[in-house]
Amino acid sequence: MTRIRFHRQLDDLKERLLVMAGMAEQAIQRAVEAYRVRDLSLCDLVARSEASINSFEREIDQMALDLLAMEQPMAIDLRFILAVIKINADLERVGDQAVSISERVRDLHALPAVELPVDIPRMAALASSMVRRALQGFIEADAEVAQSVLAMDDSVDKLNDAAFFSLSAMIQEQPLYAPQALHALLIARNLERVGDHATNVAEDVIFWVRGADVRHHLSA
Amino acid sequence: MGVGIEVSELNAWYGSNHTLQNINLRIPANHATALIGPSGCGKSTFVRCLNRMHETNPVGRVTGSVLIGQLDIYTQASPVEIRRRVGMVFQRPNPFPTMSIYDNVASGLRLNGYRNRVVLDEVVQRSLEQAALWEEVKDDLKKKSGASLSGGQQQRLCIARALAVDPEVMLMDEPASALDPVSTAKIEDLIFQLKSQYTIVIVTHNMQQAARVAENTGFFLNGRLVEFDATHKIFTNPRDKRTEDYITGRFG
Repeated sequence: MTRIRFHRQLDDLKERLLVMAGMAEQAIQRAVEAYRVRDLSLCDLVARSEASINSFEREIDQMALDLLAMEQPMAIDLRFILAVIKINADLERVGDQAVSISERVRDLHALPAVELPVDIPRMAALASSMVRRALQGFIEADAEVAQSVLAMDDSVDKLNDAAFFSLSAMIQEQPLYAPQALHALLIARNLERVGDHATNVAEDVIFWVRGADVRHHLSA
Repeated sequence: MGVGIEVSELNAWYGSNHTLQNINLRIPANHATALIGPSGCGKSTFVRCLNRMHETNPVGRVTGSVLIGQLDIYTQASPVEIRRRVGMVFQRPNPFPTMSIYDNVASGLRLNGYRNRVVLDEVVQRSLEQAALWEEVKDDLKKKSGASLSGGQQQRLCIARALAVDPEVMLMDEPASALDPVSTAKIEDLIFQLKSQYTIVIVTHNMQQAARVAENTGFFLNGRLVEFDATHKIFTNPRDKRTEDYITGRFG
């Protein structure tokens, strides 16, 4: 009764999701680099990658749906497919955050350059490392690695809070630059959301590997 | 009403082949319990020990105890008494081919000495209704033989025959494996309804079927009970790696 073909299909599903994950991660890096060097050509690349990410999302959902319908998976295989469906949605949203950041970069580019009291590249590095770590947990089926992502989310949240206070103060003190500060605030918010999506991915990896639901700070 | 089953240190042999080893298990009353495992793992032998059928094999031997309710079936009752209290349905429907539908259902009662026509009529109708077959056969009860029915109807006839003697436990050894999907669905619906009145133990190779009909599931491997738990737990997050490997098709 060994189901060799089915398990190959699960491997294919995992591989497709990882390709998509790579694209989503690259989109965030490009969007943040576009912010850092004010390069609109990178924004174009992000916009173009969105269509591919969306296409991957549909393909992966269809593959997962077919496997559920045709193979009626059980136990760890069932949890894997459920996790893939949820991770797929989170990665697509990561791609959306990248698009949103690149749109803010375009708006910022149209305004006079100004020193902003927020370290966007640092936030981005932290959020991206969360995504990478969550995916490492997924690749290696390692719940411990995934667990470590959950603790990192607080750091991103704190950076976002700090950005809120410093940029709010700037808006009050230098209202002339309020549009630039607001755009930076929204970019910080986008990166905080990327951290949230990475946390969701990590929780789904833990669910797949351990069968434990750790969402909303539940310890199972 | 159904009664619980308590199995302690159950061992069974076919000649020198030790087919069941130290089985300990509590099967709750009025629940459906599924037994799964690869061919030759001992699950069918196990259910045959629950109504003393295993010992009908010349080389079959059993040690340990099985309590049906409060009754130790190996020390406190005869095999005939046990088989009245513990009905059994097999993989292939086995109606008595020359008997009418009515006589098939009434056969167990007649063997137990019932002759009153009114009582027999009542029990036959009630049993066929319980087996969800009454509406399909009520006009042909004495005209048609059991063998003239479709495979799915024959299996429900066998269930009605088992129910007619008012058992407390129903054992089902792959009851739907020879049936088409529609007949299978009817049998599964029936199991779902019957468990309010009987304790049901079902052996199945169809894990989706186990997941659909049973509250609890036991996994057998090489004559041992590897894991017994709530069905939803077994099929989503089993404790034992061997259970997981089996139900995900990584061996078997």
